[in-house]
Amino acid sequence: MNENNIVNPENIVYKKPKLMNDNYMHYCLGCSHGVVHKIIAEVIEELGLEEKTIGIAPVGCAVFAYNYIDIDWVEAAHGRAPAVATAIKRLNPDKMVFTYQGDGDLAAIGTAETIHACNRGENIAIVFINNAIYGMTGGQMAPTTLPNMKTSTTPRGRDVRMTGNPIKILDMLVQLNGVCFATRHSVHTAAAVKKAKKAIKHAFENAMGGKGTSIVEIVSTCNAGWKMTPVEANNWMVENMFPMYPLGDLKNI
Amino acid sequence: MAKIKGYVEVDIERCKGCDLCVAACPEDVLELQPREVNNKGYHYVYLKNPDNCTGCANCGYICPDACLTVYRKKFA
Repeated sequence: MNENNIVNPENIVYKKPKLMNDNYMHYCLGCSHGVVHKIIAEVIEELGLEEKTIGIAPVGCAVFAYNYIDIDWVEAAHGRAPAVATAIKRLNPDKMVFTYQGDGDLAAIGTAETIHACNRGENIAIVFINNAIYGMTGGQMAPTTLPNMKTSTTPRGRDVRMTGNPIKILDMLVQLNGVCFATRHSVHTAAAVKKAKKAIKHAFENAMGGKGTSIVEIVSTCNAGWKMTPVEANNWMVENMFPMYPLGDLKNI
Repeated sequence: MAKIKGYVEVDIERCKGCDLCVAACPEDVLELQPREVNNKGYHYVYLKNPDNCTGCANCGYICPDACLTVYRKKFA
């Protein structure tokens, strides 16, 4: 009984998804983006949509998403991913169109586009990565930053009297009739990853089935922006992010 | 009694040494290299206790850089 017996393609229980190519990811070590990329690659493969999927990459850390997953991508201007997705889906109704956006992209500069795409009930899926910070530009305060959370633009913690409260955009979007599926997940444990995968799969099926807009929010970490190790960042997220952004389905029709 | 054994293959050059798989492993199999680094200068992960591995694939699911391949085999 040694590793030579075990290391055999028929014994594989987990491997790099086929749709992920061999480019090294530019993300910081331990970044949740990588896990979500893997989930998306696996789901597209499982649904057999390799030739039918068009992803809309955002501006933010995930701007280079098109380098890592081997499907068709369009790069949208900052925040305008849902608008671009609307056009692509309307012109190609048989394609599966999804956007991949961070909180600065979706909940700040792209709030209007997001709300109106959801209100129109466009048949797209939105994957929303909420890490409560602008990661790419150096950890500035985002609309989703928690009260009293330290960022590079709020070094003494976010003062809600001056900068307002964190925006719970998913709870707002649930109110819109065009939204058919809104759920919040996380990817900090293997069990959470499996649940998030199920949710993204359901969202992509809704987009193909023409049921309306599906939004999957992934509460994630930005260990570089939060100035923590990846493991500490996961614990911090469980302690501080989950009370503000509780996990679970908000709407599923 | 049937025994389940696992093994984790590490793509050393992809690994960034984020430590998430080490924290996710329930059997204390993985550890970051204390001194060795890969070409990018990261302390990559290796199997400290390969005999303990059950092939649960927790490390694989949690790995953000898709550098782990997990194998599992049942021995009668």
